[in-house]
Amino acid sequence: MEFAELIKTPRVDGVVLHRPFLPTVEGTLCLTGHHLILSSRQDNTEELWLLHSNIDAIEKRFVGSLGSIIVKCKDLRIIKLDIPGMDECLNIASSIEALSTLDSVSLMYPFFYRPMFEVIEDGWNTFRPADAFKDLESMTDEWRLSDVNKDFSICLSYAPLVAVPKDIDDETLRKVATFRHGGRFPVLSYYHKKNGMVMMRAGQPLTGTSGRRCKEDEKLINATLRPGKRGYIIDTRTVNVAQQAKAKGGGFESEANYPQWRRIHKAIERSNVLQESLIKLVEACNDQTHSMDRWLSKLEASNWQTHVKEILTTACLAAQCIDREGASVLVHGTEGTDSTLQVTSLAQIILDPASRTIRGFQNLVEREWLQAGHPFQVRCSQSAYSNTKSRQEAPVFLLFLDCVWQILRQFPCSFEFNESFLVLLFEHAYASQFGTFLGNCAADRVKLGLLEKTVSLWSWVNRQQELERLTNPLYEANSLVIWPSVAPQSLLLWEGVFLRWNRSSKCLDEAYEEMVHIIEYNKELQSKVNTLRRQLAQLETEDPLLQSP
Amino acid sequence: MMEHIRTPKVEQVRLLDRSSGQRKAAVGTLYLSATHTIFVENNPETRKETWILHSMVSSVERPPPSPVGSQLLLRSKDFRVFQLLIPNERDCLDLHASLTRLSKPEKYSELYCMSFNPNVNKEEREESWSFIDLMEDYKRMGVPNNLWVCTMANSEYRICDTYSSELFVPKSATPAVIVGSSRFRSRGRFPVLSYFHQDTLAAVCRCSQPLSGFSGRCTEDEMMLQAIMKSNPGSEYIYVVDTRPKLNAMANKAAGKGYENEDHYTNIKLQFIGIENIHVMRSSQQKIIDVGELRAPSMTDFLWGLENSGWLKHIKAVLDAGAFIARAVADEGVSVLVHCSDGWDRTAQACSVASVLLDPFYRTIKGLMVLIERDWVSFGHKFSHRYGHLDTDPKEVSPVIDQFLECVWQLSEQFPCAFEFNESFLTQIHLHIYSSQYGTFLGNCQKERRDMRLCERSHSVWPQLWKERAQFLNPLYKAELTQSQGILRPNTSPFCFKMWKGLYNRTERPTQAPVDLLSAVRAESQQLEEELTNHEERIAALSGRPITWEKIDVPRRKINQSYLRFCGPDPPTIYHYPITSSDPDRAHKLCHVPANQTPPLQVRGHNPDDFSDLESGVADFSRSSSGCDYSKDQNVNGFNSTEGLIGAH
Repeated sequence: MEFAELIKTPRVDGVVLHRPFLPTVEGTLCLTGHHLILSSRQDNTEELWLLHSNIDAIEKRFVGSLGSIIVKCKDLRIIKLDIPGMDECLNIASSIEALSTLDSVSLMYPFFYRPMFEVIEDGWNTFRPADAFKDLESMTDEWRLSDVNKDFSICLSYAPLVAVPKDIDDETLRKVATFRHGGRFPVLSYYHKKNGMVMMRAGQPLTGTSGRRCKEDEKLINATLRPGKRGYIIDTRTVNVAQQAKAKGGGFESEANYPQWRRIHKAIERSNVLQESLIKLVEACNDQTHSMDRWLSKLEASNWQTHVKEILTTACLAAQCIDREGASVLVHGTEGTDSTLQVTSLAQIILDPASRTIRGFQNLVEREWLQAGHPFQVRCSQSAYSNTKSRQEAPVFLLFLDCVWQILRQFPCSFEFNESFLVLLFEHAYASQFGTFLGNCAADRVKLGLLEKTVSLWSWVNRQQELERLTNPLYEANSLVIWPSVAPQSLLLWEGVFLRWNRSSKCLDEAYEEMVHIIEYNKELQSKVNTLRRQLAQLETEDPLLQSP
Repeated sequence: MMEHIRTPKVEQVRLLDRSSGQRKAAVGTLYLSATHTIFVENNPETRKETWILHSMVSSVERPPPSPVGSQLLLRSKDFRVFQLLIPNERDCLDLHASLTRLSKPEKYSELYCMSFNPNVNKEEREESWSFIDLMEDYKRMGVPNNLWVCTMANSEYRICDTYSSELFVPKSATPAVIVGSSRFRSRGRFPVLSYFHQDTLAAVCRCSQPLSGFSGRCTEDEMMLQAIMKSNPGSEYIYVVDTRPKLNAMANKAAGKGYENEDHYTNIKLQFIGIENIHVMRSSQQKIIDVGELRAPSMTDFLWGLENSGWLKHIKAVLDAGAFIARAVADEGVSVLVHCSDGWDRTAQACSVASVLLDPFYRTIKGLMVLIERDWVSFGHKFSHRYGHLDTDPKEVSPVIDQFLECVWQLSEQFPCAFEFNESFLTQIHLHIYSSQYGTFLGNCQKERRDMRLCERSHSVWPQLWKERAQFLNPLYKAELTQSQGILRPNTSPFCFKMWKGLYNRTERPTQAPVDLLSAVRAESQQLEEELTNHEERIAALSGRPITWEKIDVPRRKINQSYLRFCGPDPPTIYHYPITSSDPDRAHKLCHVPANQTPPLQVRGHNPDDFSDLESGVADFSRSSSGCDYSKDQNVNGFNSTEGLIGAH
């Protein structure tokens, strides 16, 4: 298919663009295969480049022969284009609609994008499981890297290499895979160096109504326990939901078959509920005419903050089991690709100082989301303005980022990155020129040839000028476990995402700059004083009079 | 007051001060003095002292006794809660009786400020009262001038006993007009100048409601409003802002009061804002205090409580009123006359918020003091009634100035670089308004203060706060930034308002506040600057003229330490430490332990297959991590089962 077929009117003059907090721009609108471009004809050319894939929904309005297209973006921005001419407007609208909902992944922009920057470090090679395993090996010899899934035959959503207990052979893994949802047998998620406890994740056990059991599964997870020690299984579903799953062949680990494990049920909602919640929240944030009562009641009714609290609470629980109870933990929900990953990745933010660095956080996203098989492609295909309910889209990753932001806000000095990094990940997860978030799992990425045909987001991020922008000036490495408060009073609405286009951030940005300035001035002073000190010390040793007072 | 103390000393008392982030009760000795309840911890290492001023106690409750002793619950006027466990019931009854009496002074002479004697002499005390000079501020804003003059009409409080004696009125307002107008205004509070905006020559004026009833009118009052309009050469009308809901204003007509009839006054535009009355505000604040004290609420409980309290709605109304006035004055260049009923509550709020928005001076430490002194103290805001300094009519009590301070706080969240002071300056002012440690906020108007001879018998709070100003500085304040200059144009969309945790939810405050860290960094930079100069001098001296100087040793604060203070401490190692400060006021500032330190998991003993019980693992965690884990049941008076209290022993 040629893009040209979809573009009926490639160019319209005299289009007026309305954006939040910026002056309106009049200019020429152009449609390309991947972008909507609006360029003013002024000398200091102001241009809007909007990826079609960033467009969540559009609305058309007509007043006489003047048409308007309201473009609602996945990053929650809403812009309005006034287009002279009914036909032009209709043509543009239908082209945008078609181009923003292309079915074929290989037609997406990342396959056409050529970097305008020098790739110093290829992000596709930055975080390889083998490298991560080397770190693990330096701490413990109880685990091994298995390539049982090298052709994705055991588990479609796992990476080819996974860390498993050393004493469990591949044959056992194959059997366990048949007992776990989606073949997701328990694998290592995190090793807590401080006390040697581990966190594992998996899909639900396929016990069914008959209470099927799998000796190999029991053997596998028991192999992670120290003698005489117990572990915790954190099921991200309520007891009722887990019970109901039995009818569909799923289920949970029974006390009888897993006597060394305590099971705790939590209540993280499933994806369709989360999507509904996002839609309601954004609707509430975008209506500026609300009274205080109505705003608070709509915020409450969206349940978004409740989800944040539930997810954080579960992650804290997992972290607490590991760090405070000295117990190993297995986390799963149903598929083990959504709430499970929210919990395991957030628990690492709490426990592991390395995951609070820029690179460590990339590593975390790579390991616990991308390689762990979170289906980004389907989850992020639509955002808050979608009206196609009952599909598979859901803000699972956005909720994770929101939770990280909550912890970052409570511990503003413990993270090497700032809020901008989280916002950037949110944006790129939904629409990007990079291939990182394409596909639903490692197998997809291989099939699509992402490594060869697209550029990794990390290649771009890990360059000096980007890193500078994303670095938290307050950061001071903190090797401790950080325990966030999950009290409702401590959890705020993430304004940087949800109110981003509804209120000016000028004063807050100014404050941020001032903060950076204060810190940098201090560093500058320190280095100057140090130089002087050395100079002084030298003078003092050179000076014979000082030697003999 | 000593005669009210039945038991001056009780030993083996347990105190839990949850607002300072404390989780476990401390054991110690309780002393009652004429002015304070003092608790001294037994722990020989810390001997931490907690001082609670009697006049700060808003209520003394005696929940039912538990097997381990009798309880006493002290709530303070700055919304802290102290739980006491007293071994002997007799002692508890005595303490209850004493504290109930001591916390409710009946006469001004019983108040702390009358006995409080900081280490200053008579001259210093007298000087302290002239620290804030309102005339200087009027001069600063450019009056008197050819539009506004100071009138002596109210000297000796002749025509309005709740106003100050020095007032500014339009130049064209004759004494006859002033007197006539004052007779037509509730309690004689005729229109006077609150703030003059030099850039546009528009003014903010204030008064009380007119005694118009259904048809009354007063030529002098109409002339007065005309005079206000004429004092603003460029404009053809003035706004009359009635800060009450229109319905309330109309209801007042029946009582012979009401609002200006636009048919009688030429060139006025009437605007109702809809700030609720003191009774609504009193109960609303109680509700938000309750929200702050909720034990382990769900998100729904919390947000519903917030909505139901109506508090943020009221804060928004006050800010909206101020913003309307500021816009009229700055953008339209139109003068505004503000009133409510008596013109001392809502009017004070609206006028002072408008001043903060209009003039950067009022966003400085000194400026806020001046503003409170002018719009609140000098214009007869009834401090002693509103803040319950004496045991008087509880219906007169209302958090009027709390709302003004909160508006300033909400603004500082939107404009982080625009205010010279930080949050603790606001909470400190709040504290002193209630504490009656200083005479500044005593009484209900200037005349009362003069009659009480407060200047001779007590001290002013302002010089004291000024002395301590280093701790009130906002490190981000930068006068050069655009947001610090000129007019503030706040966004008053509902989503811009947050619960003020510094006041209503101290236990859940974030443990690492960037501003505190930045203050530390700036302090360090200052030291480095000095060191730099010193080194340079020394190097110059050494290389030029070798004299043997003593090595200049600038005490160097290691930055890493100050950073660490704000970095998440490892809970298992730090959490159980007692608070090591002996200074009660600093205790909660120093306690930077995350608020949600979680006790060991409460999942033991569960049978994982017992479904009915399984969810309690969830509940336990969420409760324990919500900042009030010390009690495992959700009973606020939970001494019976508080592991924390018993376990501490």
